[in-house]
Amino acid sequence: MGNDRFMDKQAVQSLIEEIRRLAQRPMRFMEVCGTHTMSIFRHGIRTLLPKEIELVSGPGCPVCVTPVGQIDQMINLSLIPGVAVATFGDMLRVPGSKGSLAEARARGGQVEVVYSPVDALMLAKDQPNGTICFLGIGFETTTPSVAATILQARENRIRNFCVYSTHKLMPPALDALMAEPDLDIDGLLCPGHVSTIIGTQAYGPISEKYGLPCVVAGFEPLDILLGVYMLVRQVVDGRCQVENAYERAVSAQGNERARRVTEAVFEPVGSRWRGLGFIDASGLALREEFGELDARCRFELKEIDIPDPKGCRCSRIIKGIETPGACPLFSNVCTPLHPVGPCMVSSEGTCAAYYKYGGILEEKIR
Amino acid sequence: MKDDRVLLDHGSGGLATKRLIEEFFLSRLANDYLSRLEDSAVVPVQEGRLAFTTDSYVVDPIFFPGGDIGSLAVHGTINDLAMQGAAPMALSMGLILEEGLMFSELERVAESISQACIEAGVAIAAADTKVVPLGKGDKIFINTSGIGRVPKGLYLGAHRARPGDVVIVSGFVGDHGAAILTARSNLSFGTEIKSDSAPLHALVSAVLERCPSDKIRLFRDPTRGGLATVLNEIAMSSNVCIEIDQDAVPIRQEVSGVCELLGLDPLYLANEGKCVVVVEEDHSQLVMDALSGLALGRHAAVIGCVKELGGVGRPVVTMNTSIGGRRIISMLSGEPLPRIC
Repeated sequence: MGNDRFMDKQAVQSLIEEIRRLAQRPMRFMEVCGTHTMSIFRHGIRTLLPKEIELVSGPGCPVCVTPVGQIDQMINLSLIPGVAVATFGDMLRVPGSKGSLAEARARGGQVEVVYSPVDALMLAKDQPNGTICFLGIGFETTTPSVAATILQARENRIRNFCVYSTHKLMPPALDALMAEPDLDIDGLLCPGHVSTIIGTQAYGPISEKYGLPCVVAGFEPLDILLGVYMLVRQVVDGRCQVENAYERAVSAQGNERARRVTEAVFEPVGSRWRGLGFIDASGLALREEFGELDARCRFELKEIDIPDPKGCRCSRIIKGIETPGACPLFSNVCTPLHPVGPCMVSSEGTCAAYYKYGGILEEKIR
Repeated sequence: MKDDRVLLDHGSGGLATKRLIEEFFLSRLANDYLSRLEDSAVVPVQEGRLAFTTDSYVVDPIFFPGGDIGSLAVHGTINDLAMQGAAPMALSMGLILEEGLMFSELERVAESISQACIEAGVAIAAADTKVVPLGKGDKIFINTSGIGRVPKGLYLGAHRARPGDVVIVSGFVGDHGAAILTARSNLSFGTEIKSDSAPLHALVSAVLERCPSDKIRLFRDPTRGGLATVLNEIAMSSNVCIEIDQDAVPIRQEVSGVCELLGLDPLYLANEGKCVVVVEEDHSQLVMDALSGLALGRHAAVIGCVKELGGVGRPVVTMNTSIGGRRIISMLSGEPLPRIC
């Protein structure tokens, strides 16, 4: 699996040794991205690290931070006669206040699983008598392809296509998260995919404002361990810088062209994050000139505000303040088949990772 | 007739039904039991014990690289018998056709069922066809049941794994699941991934011939839920832990690739022509020798071993990862969903 060059056992061993040698006191790092969380579990990386190093998972799973009200709205869209929602598979089982998209489908809602926004546009072309509403979800990495699809729809005058945007921006959320008084971390392992678009420059202000070491890392075992090593090094040296452990994919400037496409279609708006609450300028809405392609305009949707389910600790788990083991619902009431909170349903959610890879048992199999 | 479609009339039980059965099935599947068209087939019974199983096939798409719903329905039920060490004696087959199914598609499926039966040396002794209105089915659903003879003195079962036993898998895992997913999603890759759909009774009997049967604990075919789920079932039934090595599990590179892309884990993908064998350690080489001499077993590998309950205090499956870490392999819960990013 993956690229063998980046999982060489000996190289891994020597990095682990270096980390072990340097880490003479407890250190807590947050991996922001859900893909990092999954990779860390999948390769058993936490079982290799010395006990001094604790990795906590952050809010970097777009499904997990989508609020209940918006899930309900997606479900409502799927139940409008003549409308089919097209979505990435992750969204299917996410519980809203009255069930999930999967349950809506069983009740006759029109839900199509697609692998890219272009697939959704193709569906619209193939089914001219219905409207396809694509659920736009994701951070800076996913948004450019959605923006490009919207441009394509406008250019080709495909009128039975629209997008329900829940797209979000990472830096404002990180800023809000770092301001949390309960949060106690020594450094950020920054998301590799998002950084290919926003560049390492995007973390400068956060690193400076909170005196926080930041390292952008890729997703193979050696990428992640190099990232952890560079964080440990910064802590030991007393530095707070933005460093890049993923130079083969990420530059300081990022991908300006992709950002321009996004900016042409979307504009920043205040946005609600499940677990984190309302954050200024942290979401993306379609610009007014794309009103025809905006599901919110087309169906005159009003934001629905619904509180998170009772007892669910996802909001504290998303912030890395608690781990899934601390949640009373984890693995008895809340499982991947019957998720209560969003962190359990997304394949990249922290709780799903803990459940699938036996996170709370890791200590016992070390 | 080739461009015609299945109509509700074909399920009426009258002349149209008779024609459909004769043209598509009797012409291909005729045998001493089926051709009599009695209400039930009468199969002679020998001494010993019978294995009896049933399974329904609703795969979408009905044609996929490496097989189709017809061959799958034959192989799947043969394999369920084979996992008990049973030699398949006869199958039954119930077909539920959706109104509007193209005759050309039905013919392809019937032909494939016939081929699979011939290749496996198993007869369909009893069959039934029904037609449901358009929209009430999905082209074609097939149920097959099977009976098989279990050799005297052979006792296999998921509860028989003991600490120290060796865990073997008979070849590459995840091929069927990956083939279906790529066919379903219209994803195309440089190389086509084919389903591994195949009958395993000859492979099982070759293993039982080579290795004393009391040394073999169990066979299990990792279909839905994949290798990960089957290993967990064995661990729970036997109240033991199972430890496997990531590097030892045979996975085709293209299957790994698809999984990376879709965010899936090949250990959870279905297989339709593979089995897990658990055998007493001293006799594991005999099993490997038997498997490696067969086309269906030449990529067989020892992937791990059975252990006492460890620090966790309950049956778990753990994997030593390629980079030297460890992780727990849990049961599959729910349909695997492709991820967003």
